[in-house]
Amino acid sequence: MLLQIHEPGQTPAPHANDKVAVGIDLGTTNSVVAIAKKGEAEVIRDAEGSGLIPSVVSYSDDGSIVVGREARRQLLENPDGVVSSIKRLMGRGLKDVKSLAGTLPYEMDAAAEGGMVRLKVSGRTLTPVEISADILRAVKAQAEDALEKIVDRAVVTVPAYFDDAARTATKDAAKLAGLEVLRLVNEPTAAALAYGLDNEAEGLYAVYDLGGGTFDISLLQMEKGVFQVLATGGDAALGGDDLDHAIAERFLAERGSASVTSAEVKQALATARMAKECLSASPYGEWFIEMDGEVSKHRLELAEFEALALPFVERTIRICQGVLEDAAIDPSEVKGVVLVGGSTRVPLVRRKVAELFGREPLSNINPDEVVAVGAALQADALTAGSDTLLLDVTPLSLGIETMGGIVEKVIPRNTPIPVAMAQEFTTYQDGQDAMLIHVVQGEREMVDQCRSLARFVLTGIPAMTAGAARIRVTFSVDADGLLTVAARETVTGVEQEVSVKPSYGLTEDEMATMLRDSMVHAREDMETRLLAEARVEAKRSALAVQAALSVDQDLLSESELSVIHAAMAEVEKACQEGDRATVQAAADALEAATKTFAERRMDKGIRRALSGMSVEKLGETFAEEP
Amino acid sequence: MTDLTKIPEDAPALVPCWSCKGPVSPRALFCSTCGAVQAPGQTDHFARLGLMRGFDLSPDQLQKQYFGFQRRLHPDRFATRTPKERALSQQQATALNEAYEVLKDPLRRAAYLLRLAGRVVNVEESATVSDPVLLMEAMEMREALEEAETAEEVTEIAAKAEADVQACVAAISRAFAADDLEGAGKLTTRLKYLGKLAEEAKARRIRLTRQGI
Repeated sequence: MLLQIHEPGQTPAPHANDKVAVGIDLGTTNSVVAIAKKGEAEVIRDAEGSGLIPSVVSYSDDGSIVVGREARRQLLENPDGVVSSIKRLMGRGLKDVKSLAGTLPYEMDAAAEGGMVRLKVSGRTLTPVEISADILRAVKAQAEDALEKIVDRAVVTVPAYFDDAARTATKDAAKLAGLEVLRLVNEPTAAALAYGLDNEAEGLYAVYDLGGGTFDISLLQMEKGVFQVLATGGDAALGGDDLDHAIAERFLAERGSASVTSAEVKQALATARMAKECLSASPYGEWFIEMDGEVSKHRLELAEFEALALPFVERTIRICQGVLEDAAIDPSEVKGVVLVGGSTRVPLVRRKVAELFGREPLSNINPDEVVAVGAALQADALTAGSDTLLLDVTPLSLGIETMGGIVEKVIPRNTPIPVAMAQEFTTYQDGQDAMLIHVVQGEREMVDQCRSLARFVLTGIPAMTAGAARIRVTFSVDADGLLTVAARETVTGVEQEVSVKPSYGLTEDEMATMLRDSMVHAREDMETRLLAEARVEAKRSALAVQAALSVDQDLLSESELSVIHAAMAEVEKACQEGDRATVQAAADALEAATKTFAERRMDKGIRRALSGMSVEKLGETFAEEP
Repeated sequence: MTDLTKIPEDAPALVPCWSCKGPVSPRALFCSTCGAVQAPGQTDHFARLGLMRGFDLSPDQLQKQYFGFQRRLHPDRFATRTPKERALSQQQATALNEAYEVLKDPLRRAAYLLRLAGRVVNVEESATVSDPVLLMEAMEMREALEEAETAEEVTEIAAKAEADVQACVAAISRAFAADDLEGAGKLTTRLKYLGKLAEEAKARRIRLTRQGI
């Protein structure tokens, strides 16, 4: 299957008001897109019935971009122009990538400025965000073709263990691809949603998710349609790819080449993947690697494969045990285990998981599609409304660096989000007028063992003796798991706030440039979005005035009323045909026209309150809800 | 058992709704006229979750109240609304999470009640203990845990620690009921240590049982 990227404007435009939201599992190896309507989800498939879009992008010298199965096929012919497993580099800095050196078949741009990883592909220099955006564009295009509707919003899934940088990078990639992210949802949580554990099941469930490049384990409590994530853990650099690498290394050793080329590595990896899949069903197999006319034969028994895989599977089991311990939960308390990710087809994985939890895991939904199905259900729930509710937690602790490179945790891991927590710090030198705030993420005690997210300087602290200043640092994490940090000197009120853009992430400027470069109509798109927002806001305020009139119309004279009605009609008209400035002006005019009305309503409310009439019901309770 | 909040005698002043500009109670979640979500007002954690202030709390009811409020106020309910409404919903959900986290844990709930009454009990890790009886008890328990070698021994210690925690929670409840804040304060400090021991014992038990697999 070939997924061609259309230039904006060249795609046959579907009806503009047929806009839908989808669920996207942006995976390391494959991506899947699904759509849900009234709680029923469907995976979008190609002509051959496959729902898997390989997360592989091929860049040709002539500038064309191909994503999917065709790109994966080109992996062997044109290894230097094809990128796979890019998810492993999302939000990662050069320093992180050095530790992966040799395990990744990419050429890094060593001279890259800023900390962000850049890849050299077919003469271009690309960031993981741009490459992921290319995958998302293809996914979006496939969904639009299949649905004959415009896809402009999506729930995108991320591994629960993704840190702030990787989440931000994922959101940026979606933005570049022209998708508004309704919510980032953790993959295991999406999988649980797909199993509909919300309605039937109550109790404690575990989701074991072994994907191509990431491993996640989550413990969820289900209670009458509310999903509560109790604890989560994992490893953002552990997955089925590691099994492929282990097999490939063995094959390459057997070949005995003096120096291994990048093309040879890719060929060996592709063969290793086939071997892994084959050995999930048969006890042994034989494979051939042909490169530069040199053919080598490789035989692998199931037992040998399992010996190669065991260290990786045991690592996942140890992480599971750690998470259970963290939540003070005994494996026997878990009522069911959901398997996610193609790598859970490996029999060894199933055996080890069954051993740990003392029960056979659930796997009746295709483990490759289950996450996208859950994401689609959540997209439907967010746009159409729903009774189920997802309450998620922070995957990793967030803190700041203090004296001696020690981390002071501000928000511990597994705290329900959204959350805001503050901690006070002080100066350590007399007359110190600035303070470096270094934000880190991770569980370790020392700063250099945690991931550095951002650094900023709070300046303008008045000269005081050491320890006299009171600097209150507030961390806020939103429902997507993204962090904002604010610092404030409480004696004088000097304040600074940063939305944490990780130090190796993209700056706003870079993002703007990319948006410009990648989309001819970026500017128009931005204007369209701003206009849409202005309209929604103007309509909301007109509706609010309408609601107020239906209660308090008697506070106005005939002529006053007609002025307000006229202003409302102007808003209505501006929303129909006006540009952004017109809509904004009409909304402002409406606010001015209703100023006196608002004052009279306040007066009336206060008079009524004084005379003992309650304005509204206070102290709401939900005790009667089913 | 907990009663639900009554409308307080001192009816709060009114504030203008940010959306329709009409009067709303500062504690209202939504404007009664235009339906817009409001900012979370200043209130204590109990009132925030529609519960009467007190140490005795049914965990089921606490959860029911928390889920009920989150169902209406969580940002997922506002995903397609204006940025202002999304921001307010996030503030509301944040306040609910904070209230729930404090109230569901007997230790933090007790410390919070004492703080509301003007007494500070430090439940942070670093706080030191001055009560010699408690210090002795904690040391003995910890020694017993360190010396325990078999899963049975550790299970027994874990069960005892858990029973001690329950007994202490019951004692705190009685102290609050008798309006004995001094006693409640001492017991809360005790609960902090017992809780830590119970956790260590449980973690040790899980590790030991696991090795037995």
